[in-house]
Amino acid sequence: MSKYVGESVKRVEDPRFIQGKGSYVANVQRPGMAYVAVLRSPHAHAAIQSIDTSAAKALDGVIDVFVGQDFIDGGVGKMPCGWVVPDCKVPDRWPVVPDRVRHVGDSVAVVVAECPYVAEDALELIAVDYDPLPASLGAKATTEAGRPQLHDDIPDNVSYVWALGDQEAMQEAFAQAAHEVELDLVNQRLIPNAMEPRACAAEWDATMEEMTVWTTSQNPHPIRLLLAAFTLGIPENKLRVISPDVGGGFGSKIFHYPEEVIVPWVARRINRPAKWVASRTESFMTDSQGRDHVTHVKMALTADGVITGLHVKTWADQGAYLSTFAPLIPTALYITLFSGLYKIPGIWGEMEGTLTNTVPVDAYRGAGRPEASYLLERIMELGARKMGMDPIEFRRKNLIQKEDFPYQTPVAFQYDSGDYVALFNELEAQSGYRQLRREQETQRAAGKLWGIGVSGCIEASGPAPSAVAGSLGSAVGFWESGTVRVHPSGKVTAFTGSHAHGQGHETTFAQVIADELNVDIADVEIVHGDTGRVPFGMGTYGSRSAAVGGSALVKSAEKVRDKMIKIAAHQMEASPEDVEFNAESGQIQVKGAPDAGSMAFGDVAFAAYTAHNLPEGLEPGLEETAFYDPANFTFPNSAHLAVVSIDRDTGEIALEKYVAVDDVGSVINPMIVDGQLVGGVAQGVGQALWEHGVYGDDGQLLTGSMMDYALPRADGFPTIETARIETPSPHNPLGVKGAGEMGTIAATVTVANAVMDALGTEHIEMPFTAEKIWRAIQSCNGQSAA
Amino acid sequence: MYPAKFDYVRAGSVAEALALVAGKEDAQFLAGGHSLLPSMKLRLAEPTALIDIGRIDELRGIAYGTGDEQDCIGPLTTHAVIARSQLAAALTEAAAGIGDPQVRNRGTIGGNIAHADPASDLPTVLTALEATIGVAGANGDRQIAAADFFTGLFETAKADDELITVISVPREGAGTGSAYAKLFNPASRYAMVGAAASVALSEGIVVRARVAVGGLTPCAMRAASVECALVGQAPDRIGAAAAAVASDLGDDVIGDMHASAEYRAAVAPVFVQRALESACRRAGS
Repeated sequence: MSKYVGESVKRVEDPRFIQGKGSYVANVQRPGMAYVAVLRSPHAHAAIQSIDTSAAKALDGVIDVFVGQDFIDGGVGKMPCGWVVPDCKVPDRWPVVPDRVRHVGDSVAVVVAECPYVAEDALELIAVDYDPLPASLGAKATTEAGRPQLHDDIPDNVSYVWALGDQEAMQEAFAQAAHEVELDLVNQRLIPNAMEPRACAAEWDATMEEMTVWTTSQNPHPIRLLLAAFTLGIPENKLRVISPDVGGGFGSKIFHYPEEVIVPWVARRINRPAKWVASRTESFMTDSQGRDHVTHVKMALTADGVITGLHVKTWADQGAYLSTFAPLIPTALYITLFSGLYKIPGIWGEMEGTLTNTVPVDAYRGAGRPEASYLLERIMELGARKMGMDPIEFRRKNLIQKEDFPYQTPVAFQYDSGDYVALFNELEAQSGYRQLRREQETQRAAGKLWGIGVSGCIEASGPAPSAVAGSLGSAVGFWESGTVRVHPSGKVTAFTGSHAHGQGHETTFAQVIADELNVDIADVEIVHGDTGRVPFGMGTYGSRSAAVGGSALVKSAEKVRDKMIKIAAHQMEASPEDVEFNAESGQIQVKGAPDAGSMAFGDVAFAAYTAHNLPEGLEPGLEETAFYDPANFTFPNSAHLAVVSIDRDTGEIALEKYVAVDDVGSVINPMIVDGQLVGGVAQGVGQALWEHGVYGDDGQLLTGSMMDYALPRADGFPTIETARIETPSPHNPLGVKGAGEMGTIAATVTVANAVMDALGTEHIEMPFTAEKIWRAIQSCNGQSAA
Repeated sequence: MYPAKFDYVRAGSVAEALALVAGKEDAQFLAGGHSLLPSMKLRLAEPTALIDIGRIDELRGIAYGTGDEQDCIGPLTTHAVIARSQLAAALTEAAAGIGDPQVRNRGTIGGNIAHADPASDLPTVLTALEATIGVAGANGDRQIAAADFFTGLFETAKADDELITVISVPREGAGTGSAYAKLFNPASRYAMVGAAASVALSEGIVVRARVAVGGLTPCAMRAASVECALVGQAPDRIGAAAAAVASDLGDDVIGDMHASAEYRAAVAPVFVQRALESACRRAGS
């Protein structure tokens, strides 16, 4: 029946993007606009003794200069944390620091000037007298006795502790275990690099006392809520937040940032529109960062290789403050995933969220789930080796079976659907796995270092049932809204609370609506990213937009259909039960007897607005809103394979082959899903091979530019082969599970396993630089275990 | 990312450029701007004036020599043009591996060697090719051998008020070949180790070898020990000859967080060997 869903409809947003006609925050230009620049701390930890802004204020073209106390005196509130686990100690964080900086890049003073050049000049004229303090670094090391303390009210730099699972079952499993494998590992700090740097613009209407804020956010409504309730204090009904075209987020644009407070505060203070656009340098030192775990993992096995227990202890570096959703990531999006694709009766995960003198850490593509899959699929590799089994056979032996769904794990989640055996069968078929293993023997016989890595990963997407989120510490709900407005002419505007910053919602959501309403896709316009137009929305992250936002649109479209059927039936003098949207004719007609009555979509819409002849009691107009609160997360899953070769002389790694088999549920647009998966894989491979946010012992960010922070490049990749199996999610109307993060969640550990397979080494910490690999080869005296 | 204030003037000729620079304190010539402008935006460089030489057409393009004549490269020639040219293979190979297409389309050979980044590719190649750099100044023109031109970290034999006018490179005739091999810095794409080789073969014997390394030393340098070990030998002796680069490098190897000095020194022979093998293949074909 469907005309568009399932088809690779070309992205309707691309013509404007590829012609450079996108409209970004940096493009916002208003008469009399002033330019904001922020003075950043050069110290990782220092007390501010004094700040002299007089020379900066005196510079020609400078409108004003503000320090932290000015903002506090001017009524701004502390930056809130939106996910507070029990007994969490939330450090104070002001938009502009009044007394003590805690990471390189912390905001110290704000210049507003007639042009950005002058603003930058003025920053150099601000004299700050710092009293440098020793820095505390390292997710685990920061908790040790005698370390510098970041916040006087948070002893040992431990913000919170959290645990989940069945500790007794875990202990029992290890008491009975025939085999154990264990591993210490580090999931290194990553620095997100969206193509568009963050930006914020604001305009104050002093007459109406209304503020408009443009910001590069993945979720403008929650930002408006936080601005109104916590930081800026302008009521929500006087505050409009717009996130226009946004050039990538990967999680880093979910959070409420100090500049979103600074810019509107300044705009109101000087009663002029104001704008701030981050430099790439500022992105490196102020955008929230990702990962950074230190972990010990231990697995218990029976004599024949059945996994019975898993024990994990993690120290998660949260940076200097708790970013908006920071405590969510290493708790409810991490330990809950420890069961992976496997039946493991005794799982116990515990963690500490710790503070260091670094940029705050929060969600970054995958957010907790790549960290979970990394430790689990690394220890699975060691388990297979311990048992002398092929890694796929070892996994297959422990998989949750198709008939086990819904499957309740010991770590809270109940998996909705899947066919993990089919997933691995497909991976073997697509990759030619047996042939690859034979090829490996040939390569090894010729002295080559050539490895195959596999993984099986689970993701929890589409967060989440709001009640569950609330019980886990969330300050907000995770439903989504959708509004479908049919205009009198029959054209359709659909408003979604999801936000697109690369995902292609304007295409996929239009496909969904066009099919639901039986109209041409060109007649459907998708609106998002504006609190002034969209009723409310929770935004886009956690691979949730199709599953939650798409479902809300389906529900509102269903309401529109119901109303249109009532109107058409009334006009055709038929019973509503006998009237249908006919996909073939495109008409709303009497079932099986179009001659008895048939109306065009536009005619029914027009009738709804003329209201000359409506069923009794039916309101005129044709617009419906639905709020969809998911019954559960969805659980995309994957089986991936990577082949690497390693240059024995230099340690350089070449990724030779990559095969991704994913179950993301039903697929709305295969081309877009493939794009998400391939991009996700590239980002995951980036962590394995190249990316690392490095801080010096003094807390200086050593990888503060593209010259030193290595991002993935196209020339580092073979064709990424994708294949899918589809087990629809049973609890949302589209059957979708989410595709945005699966590639990232799976690829890092898949490549890691391939590298360890090539070398025969148990474990090397990421990223696998040429030097690290070369050293591993040297330590085998040239005789690699491979 | 906004530079400090500076004056901007455009020069229409070499003579005008030299006249403009003579009157200004801390002025800099602007060509492709791919090293200078990022430094200015980060306020690591704050020249008082930029003298834009980008439209001096006489400084752009390649004049191929004939017979024993050298190929003459105008300093405004972009990496992209060099990568597609008929110049010595080491040069085209190195130029093709610089940055990305946007950098190669804007960055120039003159700007590159004037900047003299120790991790840059072209200084290494020009040193191995025994190129000559022609500069013009208030006191007249002079020719500087590449080996003498690069004097240290971001330092050259060119005075600040002198302008590069030509880079002359020997032609590769029959029996000669050159190549460049590089260990990429994964972030910047500069060389962590760069090795350039230019060889002449006669009856299966290496009769002339010029080898230079860069990326791991303060500036590009000739690897005389490798050259000595190889001349008079057949190409199958390259491995042993390349190992001699250790004695050329001495203790002066640079290390950073991407690759330690120990590692760079250890893998330098690999890249010297690769460059030599590739150069010999080209010479023999």
